[in-house]
Amino acid sequence: MSDDSEAVVRRMSKPPAAVVVRQRGQGELVLRRFLRHKAAVISLVLFVAVVLLAFVGGALWRYDYADITSAASVPPSLEHPFGTDNLGHDTFAQVLRGTQRSIEIALLIAFLAGLLGTLWGAFSGYYRGITDSVMMRFADLVLTLPLLAVAAVLTRATSGSWWFVALVIAALQWAYVSRVVRGVVLSLREKEYVEASRALGATDRWIIFRHLIPNAFGPVIVNVTILVAAAILVETALSFLGLGVQPPDTSLGLLVSEADTAVSTRPWLFYFPGAFIVVIALTINFVGDGLRDAFDPTQRKVRA
Amino acid sequence: MTGRETVLEVENLTVSFPTDDGLVRAVRGVGYELRRGEVLGIVGESGSGKSVTSMAVMGLLPASAKVGGSVRFRGQELIGAPDKAMRAIRGGRIAMVFQDPMTSLNPVHPVGDQIAEAVRAHNDVSASAARERAVELLAMMQIPRPRERARDYPHEFSGGMRQRVVIATAMANDPDVIIADEPTTALDVTVQAQVLRALETARAATGAAMVLITHDLGVVAGTADRVLVMYAGRPVELGGVDDIYYEPRMPYTLGLIGSLPRLDDARRGDRLVPITGSPPSLLEPPRGCPFAPRCPMRQEICETVEPELLTASASGPPPASPSGHLSASASDHLAACHFSADLEGRRPEDVFAPTSVDNAGGAR
Repeated sequence: MSDDSEAVVRRMSKPPAAVVVRQRGQGELVLRRFLRHKAAVISLVLFVAVVLLAFVGGALWRYDYADITSAASVPPSLEHPFGTDNLGHDTFAQVLRGTQRSIEIALLIAFLAGLLGTLWGAFSGYYRGITDSVMMRFADLVLTLPLLAVAAVLTRATSGSWWFVALVIAALQWAYVSRVVRGVVLSLREKEYVEASRALGATDRWIIFRHLIPNAFGPVIVNVTILVAAAILVETALSFLGLGVQPPDTSLGLLVSEADTAVSTRPWLFYFPGAFIVVIALTINFVGDGLRDAFDPTQRKVRA
Repeated sequence: MTGRETVLEVENLTVSFPTDDGLVRAVRGVGYELRRGEVLGIVGESGSGKSVTSMAVMGLLPASAKVGGSVRFRGQELIGAPDKAMRAIRGGRIAMVFQDPMTSLNPVHPVGDQIAEAVRAHNDVSASAARERAVELLAMMQIPRPRERARDYPHEFSGGMRQRVVIATAMANDPDVIIADEPTTALDVTVQAQVLRALETARAATGAAMVLITHDLGVVAGTADRVLVMYAGRPVELGGVDDIYYEPRMPYTLGLIGSLPRLDDARRGDRLVPITGSPPSLLEPPRGCPFAPRCPMRQEICETVEPELLTASASGPPPASPSGHLSASASDHLAACHFSADLEGRRPEDVFAPTSVDNAGGAR
């Protein structure tokens, strides 16, 4: 008999004084369910580490991203962990700065596009009919706009500051979210609890905000996290083409594009920002997965 | 029971749905009166228009539905009433209990919040006061540890408890009418009695009148004061619960009773007598009595003239209006059959023959 089973026997032979059921709050439940999702927890830790590194580490690091050091084009070393570029910029400082910008841009895009897309889709799906047609045709129209061309025109017209880049991308990406939310709401609105709520005298707005959007939370979270990953990539593409963040400011996309000719000669310039892009996009996707599971109160599956 | 004030008055209610195949006439001239504290059972098989009738009362039918006739709540006309006025009535004055408690509660909100939502929709109270009220209502519904359970989600409750939560929501605003649409159908037989008791508690606590829609005659027998039998969108018999059960005056009602297993009958264990066939299409209702194709008593007139709902037994006074449209008092017994007088004293097995399948089985 192993120690474990002896412990069980001991515990069982002890008469139970009283069955105590501890009350758990909603926040605690969500947290517990999230913690059960190992990949999400690891990803969250990793993501927070990257964010801290970018924002805190960037401020503490001995070089600023704009500093030009005496060592040009040196491979990674203790002095320059990610090496330097041909002008002597410390790549580590630049990657940290680029990560800051990319995360800011991606989160702002995801927030704006997620918010607008959810509201747009929920109203469209709830009211159906002519409202739906008009709203969705407009969303279709937005989807047909060539992202790069519109972004090029709009960012050229302004200084190309990072939040304006985010605004433009969000204005072109919300339609994806709205289509998904509309589809979900179309099915949710036929649920009996919506009818029950109406039978209780609920207003349309109440039903949309109280019943439809919370129930659409899972798909919204998933889509918004995908959007974060996509936003990072779109920002990368825009910056690569010189239409996104403008130097002397920098972003991960800009760093990759500046290093595109150096892949074979100075690979550290290319691979470090590239790795950060991958890590950020991947961790956010896993965190989104965990969040969706945690917020779904019917989720019972115990994850390994 | 007479003399009590009428809270809900439905008169000649018609509902039809335009479809690609034509107009589906789901409800054709339903009428009833509901007095304070009274329980009216509406029975009928699937598609007889029971639920559509109550949805029309609540104004919850889809916009495509064509609704005619009149529904008056305390004298206020509800058909065609503006949405704002209907919202004040829905949940506040007329509450509804839906069939399936698995789906009529929102899975993402704790049940206490959902009851509080009903309270706050009609009363200007603080969130904490509404929550208090929710706990109080859960306690009335015999939910153990109501304060803790109010924070639980619907999926953490059993079916019967969920339905009691729904009933608690319905009684949250002390309504004058509770419409229960098949409240026990989705539940285990073992918890049906529990839910019916909960409904009775709710009714007693609020003093509300209740419309109990069901296809379970046993449920009606134990709960209702009066019974309305519907067939093919028409009311075919209306009367006190004893009149309907012991002296049905419409072959359809008689057939329903005959197909019900009885524990208190001397001939229990005998074959039940079924009603053969199925209800007519509501797309093109037959010209005469809708039950005629299935009726063992049909005669020529049944195929051509649809019978009016008229006073069937001598026990009650004659109806006030000559059309017989249910302006009748509660003691009246009305039936829509040309030969309702012939049914006096007849038993189901006298009228309905056992089917051939039953004969074959009996020969074994």
